[in-house]
Amino acid sequence: MSTETALKQTPLFEIYGKYGAKVIDFGGWALPVQFSSILEEHEAVRTESGLFDVSHMGEVLVEGKDACAYINQLVTNDITKLAINQAQYTAMCYPDGGTVDDILVYKLADEKYLLVINAANIEKDVEWMKKHVKGDMKLENISDDIAQLAIQGPKAEAILQKVTDTDLSAIGVFKFAQQVNISEITDVLVSRTGYTGEDGFELYLQKDQVAALWEKLLEVGTSEGLKPCGLGARDTLRLEARLPLYGQELSSEISPLEAGVGFVVKTNKESDFIGKEALSAQKEAGLTRKIVGIEVTGRGIPRHGYKVLSEDGKEIGVVTSGTQSPSLKKSIGLALISVDHADVGTLLKIEIRNKQIEAVVVKTPFYKK
Amino acid sequence: MTKATANLLYSKEHEWVEQLEGNRVRIGISDYAQKALGDIVFVENPAIDDEVIVNESMGTIESVKAVSELYSPVSGTVVAVNEELEGAPETINENPFKAGWLVEVEVSNPEELESLLNEEEYEAFTNEGEE
Repeated sequence: MSTETALKQTPLFEIYGKYGAKVIDFGGWALPVQFSSILEEHEAVRTESGLFDVSHMGEVLVEGKDACAYINQLVTNDITKLAINQAQYTAMCYPDGGTVDDILVYKLADEKYLLVINAANIEKDVEWMKKHVKGDMKLENISDDIAQLAIQGPKAEAILQKVTDTDLSAIGVFKFAQQVNISEITDVLVSRTGYTGEDGFELYLQKDQVAALWEKLLEVGTSEGLKPCGLGARDTLRLEARLPLYGQELSSEISPLEAGVGFVVKTNKESDFIGKEALSAQKEAGLTRKIVGIEVTGRGIPRHGYKVLSEDGKEIGVVTSGTQSPSLKKSIGLALISVDHADVGTLLKIEIRNKQIEAVVVKTPFYKK
Repeated sequence: MTKATANLLYSKEHEWVEQLEGNRVRIGISDYAQKALGDIVFVENPAIDDEVIVNESMGTIESVKAVSELYSPVSGTVVAVNEELEGAPETINENPFKAGWLVEVEVSNPEELESLLNEEEYEAFTNEGEE
């Protein structure tokens, strides 16, 4: 079997072509990198709205009397604080504080949770979760049954509201509604969350209904500026909003504290959790390196893996993500560097094709709505 | 579809070559290449007086998503550079055959031009790649 036929496909794969998608291999998945143009799609999300197929994301259902306690010992944030129909961003760590994955936890009912995990990590995460199963609970990987669309941007709510009777204005940030009907499509979980730095919703549903939902939203949204968007725009949008991407800002080698998402690490929560000791020690001793925002002031674009040097040419870290920012029209990136050089305003150099190009540490997020 | 207006030659690395007076040529990237790259946001051309060598890197071109090498389709000396691209790299997407040209080179070995593809051959070559 060739690698091409081995690529995994979302339920929408068959209709990508109809919308002009350019499909690429993205971590083993055949996914659209763009439909029209990354810059146009990016702009649409910042000013109007965009529709993303993110069905490759993984979903794990955890149910039972001990579901809450089980999840809480796996993750760094405190899920006992969650109300029903509330979601929480969290990390799942190794004992040494490195990150297994960053995930969203949805509290569906008192003893029922949905965990949304990164596509590239599904196997690894599920194995890790199974290894730590504890008490009266069961765990089910439903990634193959569930599809997900994200509608993001200032007009997302108005467009989605056209096709549902559920009052979307009543859904707060990081809150969600269950069993929502959208047009003819039933049983959708509608969550006010996203990965773009804009307002918007993530919609979870059975995979056999997702093509109908995609087409319906474009049918009612196109006249309002809704555009189908690919992963290219998703990446530039999330980078401007300084949202970490697993495999770049977070990894088994990078803790959530180093990644700058310390707000998800609750070392004082009641329950013990995997990684607590290492993360507490990191907090106490102070970090030696962390992710910072950089702006390249010379000519060049920082890219994942490029070396970061101090002003006097000493190697101090590495670029984790970088792009030409479509909204700011500047060359920006995130870099994991020594804390000695991490203060805003510190001058740095990025090694781009054997040249040392000037850069500076800047405040993040780069873009805020 | 942007059509080439001059009688251009092409490399298999998707550069076009327009023969100007004497041994001088103008070089750019093809419409096929700009489409494949997507939104171009950065170009690093060689400088005037730089020597370029056939099939070797003479610069880079970056889209939002990726970095690609620019391979010189000829050997010679750079005699002109399209400075407009520094502030407006998107010109390559908009007009790859005219305003989006990259550099002009004084060719040192004109025989190299014979191994380039003509329009028809290049079209066949790109179609082949798509199957």
